Amino acid sequence: MENRKLLEVKDLVVHFDTFQGAVQAVRGVSWYLKEKETVAIVGESGCGKTVSIQTVIGLNPRKNGSVRGGEVLFEGKDLLALTQKEMREYQGNQLSIIFQDPFTFLNPTMTVGEQIMEPYLLHSRASRQEARARALEILRLISLPNPEETMKRYPHQLSGGMRQRVMVAMALICDPKILFADEPTTALDVTIQAQIMELMNGLKEKLNTSIVLITHDMGVVANMAERIYVMYAGKIVEHGDAETVFHHPKHPYTWGLLGSVPRLDERIQSELYSIPGTPPDLIAPPKGCAFAARCRYAKQICRKCEPPRIGFEEPEHYAYCWLNHPECIRRNGVTVREEE
Amino acid sequence: MANQVPLLELKHVKTSFKVPQGVLKAVNGVSLTIYKGETVGLVGESGCGKSTLGKTILRLYRPDEGQVLYEGRDIWSYRGREKKQYTRKVQMIFQDPYACLDPLSVVSDIVAEGLRIHRMYEGQALEDRVTELLQMVGLGREHASRFPHEFSGGQRQRIGIARALSLEPELIVCDEPISALDVSIQAQVVNLLKKLQKEMGLSYLFITHDLSMVRQISNRIAVMYLGSLVEIADSEDIYLKHYHPYTKALLSAIPIADPAVERSRRRILLGGDVPSPVNLPKGCSFCGRCPDACDQCRREAPQLREIEPGHFVACHLAGAKKTVQK
Repeated sequence: MENRKLLEVKDLVVHFDTFQGAVQAVRGVSWYLKEKETVAIVGESGCGKTVSIQTVIGLNPRKNGSVRGGEVLFEGKDLLALTQKEMREYQGNQLSIIFQDPFTFLNPTMTVGEQIMEPYLLHSRASRQEARARALEILRLISLPNPEETMKRYPHQLSGGMRQRVMVAMALICDPKILFADEPTTALDVTIQAQIMELMNGLKEKLNTSIVLITHDMGVVANMAERIYVMYAGKIVEHGDAETVFHHPKHPYTWGLLGSVPRLDERIQSELYSIPGTPPDLIAPPKGCAFAARCRYAKQICRKCEPPRIGFEEPEHYAYCWLNHPECIRRNGVTVREEE
Repeated sequence: MANQVPLLELKHVKTSFKVPQGVLKAVNGVSLTIYKGETVGLVGESGCGKSTLGKTILRLYRPDEGQVLYEGRDIWSYRGREKKQYTRKVQMIFQDPYACLDPLSVVSDIVAEGLRIHRMYEGQALEDRVTELLQMVGLGREHASRFPHEFSGGQRQRIGIARALSLEPELIVCDEPISALDVSIQAQVVNLLKKLQKEMGLSYLFITHDLSMVRQISNRIAVMYLGSLVEIADSEDIYLKHYHPYTKALLSAIPIADPAVERSRRRILLGGDVPSPVNLPKGCSFCGRCPDACDQCRREAPQLREIEPGHFVACHLAGAKKTVQK
């Protein structure tokens, strides 16, 4: 794939001021998205994945200076340097977002049709007739049953899956270049999840939209993503194309994430693998590797120095972990725990 | 399963609610047995009646028809003290760890509430018991004086588990205890529940929509659709042998965490949503979404049949030779 980079995030740092101190939600994250590509950002809740994409499309308040550094280049333009008014030109237009919860994002007092038309009316200066026609076109595209009837309904009259489709329609009506999907299927049933995944995979072909997928469900990632960024405690810990990350993961956190997902096609285990402990407090992130406290392979150096970026054979596959350092002690080719 | 003692038996239980549009049959004739020390997984989409079934078992809803037998006695025949005893023996773990804990009580009060109501411990013994319970679920004494908002989702779920365990129950109805949690925490909670079961000989009814996780904890799995059970099988079996088209669709909808497998898989996509359980149509409740539905399916509702030992399916076409008339 020789497509050019559509979006590039460089060293993004986002802090939030609280009474206890600044929460370092995103601590220097770099990633990019090419045209017609689906990239997944994977991690647990609180790892900063949502914050980083909300910052990209300008949904974080700027007043308290939450963005502490970095660049977000969209087609060569730094989005962070734009004013809020300039940013509005992009929001819902070239950059649109699908939120997680299909029960709270729709306005309960407006019909679904109005809400789908709204971004189009704002951005394209089209007449209401044109907007209606466009909305119907989109609803047909995402195969919502009888779109004309649905347009007249209110959100409470729709099921969760239908609402999520309405959200997708709202996000797509302006023909966005990038669709950010923040846990688009987490709140849905598996059968509806399968429908939405199919829908989003199809859209890439039909509309040439690139997708940034945020999720903690490795199954959804396996189904949709071409490249994967694994995020932990505000940092990216591993990156690679989907096959590499799933089949040759190099970071213990990725091992843990993959291991704790029971697979339907595997036998029943007596005990599920789980990552012990909980993610660190980001008000005072630990020195060294943030994962060290939960990592069974942690060495002294992990607690003292931050691991460097180490690349592997596959192009662009890299991880931040001392275990992969060439000077790390190995026995029979396997990294072993250092006696302390 | 032959020599096992049934703990809870549901016999043709029907629970319905009156709504303006008619009668909502949330649970529509369910028969299920839970044996001592066993985990039964109850799987289905939202709105299929699985939580209503759980609450019917807890004696929170009274069934319109059918019986809920606990150790052979109808739970609605209880009088006086027996009612209170029953609320001790059967406990529930709720889905939303953020909503099920009183935000104004500290953890020790939340866990001790049931113990106080049932006068099981007093004074220092009560405090010790609370500490013991917290340790059992992997929390410490220092957590006892904190408020729920100071905990993460996984920790709150542990508090919910400690509260359910406090009364030394025999059966715990777990209503989607893990769906609100992160994957790595889900595994922790499932392992904890398994460990407690081994130590205390608990039985679980594990309600969820996540077939891949429920398979790891359950002995048997019951698949529910629109108020009725459509398939019951051993959890080892169900991935390899499943007969009901709904079970097939459910299994194929679950993504497998491997891109190579995902690419080569063929998915059975179910059209549409679960139909409304108000004024259910005649015949099989699944026939509107079923790819193989025939005339018989639209006419009469299928009953659960034993297709193989221990494997029950409610489908006219299951096991039959392909004599499908469209």
